[in-house]
Amino acid sequence: MTETEKHILKEVAALDALPVGAYNIRSNGKSAARNTTANIDIVTKEDVSGIDIVIKPGTKNQSVHIPVIISESGLKEVVYNDFFIGDDCDVTIIAGCGISNCGGQDSRHDGVHSFHVGKNSRVRYVEKHYGEGTGTGKRLMNPTTVVDLDKGAYMIMETAQIAGVDDTLRETNATLADDAMLEIHDKILTDGDQHATARMTVDMNGKDSSCDLISRGVAKGDSYQEVMLAINGKNACHGHAECDSIIMDNGIILATPALKAECVDASLIHEAAIGKIAGEQLYKLMTLGLDEKQAEEMIVRGFLR
Amino acid sequence: MLELKNVTYAVGDKVILNDINLKTDDRFVAITGPNGSGKSTLVKIIMGLITPTTGQILFNGEDITHLSINERADKGISFAFQQPVRFKGLRVSDLLKLAYHGEKNIVDACEILREVGLEPKEYRDRELNDTLSGGEMKRIEIAMAAARGSALTLFDEPEAGIDLWSFHSLIRIFENLYAKTAGSIIIISHQERILNIADKIIYLKNGTVEAFGPKDDVLSYIANAEQKGVQQA
Ligand SMILES: Nc1ncnc2c1ncn2[C@@H]1O[C@H](COP(=O)(O)OP(=O)(O)OP(=O)(O)O)[C@@H](O)[C@H]1O
Ligand SMILES: [Mg+2]
Repeated sequence: MTETEKHILKEVAALDALPVGAYNIRSNGKSAARNTTANIDIVTKEDVSGIDIVIKPGTKNQSVHIPVIISESGLKEVVYNDFFIGDDCDVTIIAGCGISNCGGQDSRHDGVHSFHVGKNSRVRYVEKHYGEGTGTGKRLMNPTTVVDLDKGAYMIMETAQIAGVDDTLRETNATLADDAMLEIHDKILTDGDQHATARMTVDMNGKDSSCDLISRGVAKGDSYQEVMLAINGKNACHGHAECDSIIMDNGIILATPALKAECVDASLIHEAAIGKIAGEQLYKLMTLGLDEKQAEEMIVRGFLR
Repeated sequence: MLELKNVTYAVGDKVILNDINLKTDDRFVAITGPNGSGKSTLVKIIMGLITPTTGQILFNGEDITHLSINERADKGISFAFQQPVRFKGLRVSDLLKLAYHGEKNIVDACEILREVGLEPKEYRDRELNDTLSGGEMKRIEIAMAAARGSALTLFDEPEAGIDLWSFHSLIRIFENLYAKTAGSIIIISHQERILNIADKIIYLKNGTVEAFGPKDDVLSYIANAEQKGVQQA
């Protein structure tokens, strides 16, 4: 692995070396390293680019890492990863994509992740998007995530895009069966002339299903952010969506709540707030010795932690 | 060490502070006076949160009127707000570490929470968001100011909203802070028990210093003024 690749691996998956457990590292369009375990199989797809990750029922306390690295300027790919998670599992999946583009051509990764989560399983999904490089070529990512939670399944998604991605469209569509629960924590920071759009739609089909969608955004420079959080309550369910943004410089933020109830026992809440950093917050940190710029940075870092 | 010369602050045609002249290097100075008399405005001017319309602020002989908040912090002034500020995502330990100039690790920096009656282990990882109660925020605010150990520390109504916490603990914090810094502590308060520990008291009314002097003199001045007020009514 080159130094650039190692560095990206650390940024997107916090990895210094090969991870324990199952993994598939994709680098510049090819599988660079793979490990399977007794319970977790990884199979290359034949019809399209991508892999199937198959996790046996009852698999507990195991993890799968599937980082993607792009360091060739001009590489464009669409990758399909399907996760088949059996009943009664408890697993962690670390995904993430890093693009280093030092060339003049746009590099782009479109990942389509589908999760089929079995009954009473728990899944923690962590995904980080990162871009770097000095080239004029853009770094583009368009992740699509499809989540299907069976009865009593629980999934928490922690997704973040903190630096260096020029343009992104993130689509998340989830369907929840009875007693299923979905939690999403999405964080995004845009700067310069970056654009980011996130659209999440949750269909609460099951009785007593619940979801909690939390989006935090910071738009700096001349960047543009759009967040749409949609919950469709089709049964007795609890849905909560919260969209909280800090606007700086000439940033633009569009937050759109969309709640639809089709059942009298659906209880749905949406909160959205956009505002600049409060003067009092800056003052407090300045009394503790930070200058205005440092105070701003600390507030943003905390907000996106 | 602290001197205010002809400090006036007006917003539009409303005069909030009117020609304040003060000079102090005492250990404990209390500022008291009716609601809206300008007490918080005065300490915000000293810390640099507000720039006076006219006048000068001198600290250790240096004119600091045009210094920023953090430049004043570096010179040795700190300030516990009347209304503590909340931060989404920042933890108690983040700010305490900062208060100690980054010189202590998280665990050591949080030990000071004990002094304000909070168990460090329970609070250090808490976010300073609206899950902390008003009284908890207030105690953490006091702990941060104490942690900084500045030559001049300003406390804006430190006792407000922390009813159940013993008054003695608060006095002990002031004493510990003084033992550490041998500096000055200025406390805004309406509480007689706090006024009683002061060396000097500033009595503010309608944006002017009505009385400034040794505790006993000012306390009897206030008592007399109130007496007159009652007689006139
Ligand atoms: N920016 C402003 N614009 C208009 N009026 C202001 C402004 N800031 C403060 N004031 C007014 O100045 C006066 C003094 O306010 P300040 O907060 O200093 O009072 P205080 O003595 O600390 O009162 P309290 O005991 O209630 O804390 C008040 O009447 C307040 O309404
Ligand atoms: Mg006040």
